[in-house]
Amino acid sequence: MKYIDEYRDQHIVQTLAAQIARRTTRPWNLMEICGGQTYTIMKYGLDELIPTCIRLVHGPGCPVCVTPLEVVDKAIAIASRADVTFASYGDMLRVPGSNSDLLRVKAAGGDVRIVYSPMEAVKLARALPQRQVVFFGIGFETTAPPNAMAVWEARREGLHNFSMLVSHVLVPPAMRLLLGSPHNQVQGFIAPGHVCTVMGYWQYEALCRDFHVPIVVGGFEPADLLEAVDMLVAQLEEGRAAAENQYVRSVRYEGNLAAQRIVEQVLEVCDRKWRGIGLIPQSGLRLREEFAAYDAERIFGVGEITAEEPAECISAEVLQGLKRPTDCPVFGTACTPENPMGAPMVSTEGACAAYYHYRRHSLGAQAPRIC
Amino acid sequence: MCLAVPGKIIEAEERDGNRIAKVQFGGIVRQAYLNFVPEAQVGDYVMVHVGFAISRVDAEEAARTYRLLEDMGLLAEELGDAEQPEPGMP
Repeated sequence: MKYIDEYRDQHIVQTLAAQIARRTTRPWNLMEICGGQTYTIMKYGLDELIPTCIRLVHGPGCPVCVTPLEVVDKAIAIASRADVTFASYGDMLRVPGSNSDLLRVKAAGGDVRIVYSPMEAVKLARALPQRQVVFFGIGFETTAPPNAMAVWEARREGLHNFSMLVSHVLVPPAMRLLLGSPHNQVQGFIAPGHVCTVMGYWQYEALCRDFHVPIVVGGFEPADLLEAVDMLVAQLEEGRAAAENQYVRSVRYEGNLAAQRIVEQVLEVCDRKWRGIGLIPQSGLRLREEFAAYDAERIFGVGEITAEEPAECISAEVLQGLKRPTDCPVFGTACTPENPMGAPMVSTEGACAAYYHYRRHSLGAQAPRIC
Repeated sequence: MCLAVPGKIIEAEERDGNRIAKVQFGGIVRQAYLNFVPEAQVGDYVMVHVGFAISRVDAEEAARTYRLLEDMGLLAEELGDAEQPEPGMP
């Protein structure tokens, strides 16, 4: 397919890897902060193509993985109601809540449906006027405009049986938290290409300045990611720390203003809890007061539900890039994609699932870090 | 989750105040809202995420990037160092 195949060209990928090797004189720790990028790195073994002294660590870039346990519990409480049709992206169905998951709710007779777009949930509300249709509105900045548009459209049509359980998160506040941590080892970031398609990348300049860290917006194909690594290594070797854009075919400096406008009209910034990390100030989006009639949390009175994260899963350290999935004692044994203990093992974009699918047979064969 | 796939607009129409397109991805055709890319026309490529086009693919930028990448490959070949790097390099 056009704009995909050419960025998977083996010759170009190997040439980029060779260029990175020529440029690198010392070890660098780089973090990507998008589950789609983590998936590409693991699937194509990009981390094994570049010098072993460049370590790619995986950040909290999978929205399914960072959705807090209590929000999953709220979703389960709502979806279990007899009058509710609960619509969600498929990845959320197997994420473990405190005592159950959405797939079990469905197995027990709950009306839980997988949708590809929030507009499909609006369509369901139109088709099922006797039922309360609730959409699970999770995601990063990329998904916020479509989800906001669904609420906007429901109001425009006067649909009174549509609502949304919103748990949106924002990337830059999480990066700021990671960079400010005394444990931080990340020296350069690959910023998420589709988040930046919506938001632009001007916001990242403040992070570059405040922490003297280079940030390069990267795409999702192997050549994109290696070019982003090459641009980061070039900056690091030269002692520069700027926000640059590799993914020029989709990302503009100011982002997509029409998409930003609908988000501003429907949603507002709020404090948000991240699974495995905790509360990050100003790191989420919620419905504005004027859209309270579409807020499932208020309609179904689940605002008071809270939950404690289980201690046995090391997802907190994995999501912050402090540990690799393979450092976990239950990785691939008690915790598998079929029987996940933590969210990063559920979503295909979760670091644990990516390692399970593409790396579990080469465990222990990791090359030593030489540089 | 933030996956967006490039597809070609083959048809577009106004419906209830929304601009809706048929977008072709390889052999598959799906519907996508064009509300966020008012500049996109039939024949353009757009990045589609959960049923919404979030950007029009900049064909010029894509061609430039690809040419750059390709030139790099050809140049490296000429210099005879396009092989895979040794593990542990440099």
